[in-house]
Amino acid sequence: MNTPISEDDLHAHADGQLAPERQTQVEAWLAVHPEQRAQVDAWREQAAALHRQFDAVLDEPVPARLLPPPAADHWFDARKAAAVAWLMLGGVTGFFLRGETVQELQQPLAAMSSLPRQAAIAHAVFVPEVRHPVEVGADQEAHLVAWLSKRLGSELKPPQLEAAGYKLMGGRLLPGDSKKGVAQFMYENAARDRLTLYVQPDAPTADGTGFRYAREDGIDVFYWVDGRFGYALSGSTGRDDMLRLATLVYRQHDK
Amino acid sequence: MSGRDAIVAEIPRLRRYARALTGRADAADDLVQDTLTRALEKWHFWQRERELRPWLFSIMHNLHVDALRRSHPVVFCDADDLPISVQRAEQHDALVLRDLERSLALLPLEQREVLLLVGLEELSYAEVARTLAIPPGTVMSRLARARARLREILAGAAVPVLKVVKK
Repeated sequence: MNTPISEDDLHAHADGQLAPERQTQVEAWLAVHPEQRAQVDAWREQAAALHRQFDAVLDEPVPARLLPPPAADHWFDARKAAAVAWLMLGGVTGFFLRGETVQELQQPLAAMSSLPRQAAIAHAVFVPEVRHPVEVGADQEAHLVAWLSKRLGSELKPPQLEAAGYKLMGGRLLPGDSKKGVAQFMYENAARDRLTLYVQPDAPTADGTGFRYAREDGIDVFYWVDGRFGYALSGSTGRDDMLRLATLVYRQHDK
Repeated sequence: MSGRDAIVAEIPRLRRYARALTGRADAADDLVQDTLTRALEKWHFWQRERELRPWLFSIMHNLHVDALRRSHPVVFCDADDLPISVQRAEQHDALVLRDLERSLALLPLEQREVLLLVGLEELSYAEVARTLAIPPGTVMSRLARARARLREILAGAAVPVLKVVKK
């Protein structure tokens, strides 16, 4: 016994959304109802016309402005988790390797190579933050400078990058290899590109001076040692641009 | 595939739907851009058991409706109240196509959305109901009205009365 064919059935038939058994029943019914058959055909023709009209859009190249930046993605979740794992691992290792052993095991070069990685992780964690990118804002710059200088055990001043269009947003204290912690300053330009400067106290003396470059998960990092501090500047505006900015930072600290 | 890649893969579909929905290429891409931004912001709230595409369409629907509420230069009469005289005109296919965008614009938004999600995007009725947050029965009644109305408009007879409100 067939249930009567409803108008909903006809629509579902036109759209191919009927179960096979019902489909057969509707087909049979339409064979003897030419008026409804014409209606269903007309609906199908509407859908076909929509495809003819708009399917060309599918083949158009996607405008660049529509492509989301890599940093805005949820890989950020993975990064955040990785950063936490990294920091925990650092803490655990630090606990077991206290004292002189640390000095023996931590070759300067190895420690140096972890600087860009840690800087890039800290960059990836905090740069996408909308509400809390920094712990202390640039509006309290005096407090920020005094606080971080005290914690890092040496006078510290965030470089001015306004000549390059970047304004200081503020900074935060992060856990580091030593009890002193690590400072992170964040900058932003009018295009909302963000830079972070990662400052590590008691940096090991590396062989030779000058910049080193690392690319960590799409983040360009220039790093160097200057005096007691290791610096790492991270950003995503391209290697050349980052080199220009790193030079600007370096020159200010070099004075 | 990462979340970003999955969303990026949907951009052509979002652009096609937005183009058909708004009838304007620039406005459509603005809507797509807003949709992508919102989707990436709300990524954490996306329930994995939900299909990505209907979720993105639902974000687009909400943004579009919000935008129209903020600025509604055109007020549509209730489609069912309009006088319609059905005249079948012989039309060439090209003319039909040229008229299709204009005809779509003459459909009330709620009918146009259902018609496009079913006919162009080929979502299931259940997906359309979730996308637009309406009961399945409403999907069917809007679909039926949209199809009947589009037929009448394309037949060259029905032109809804538009009231343009100057801002």
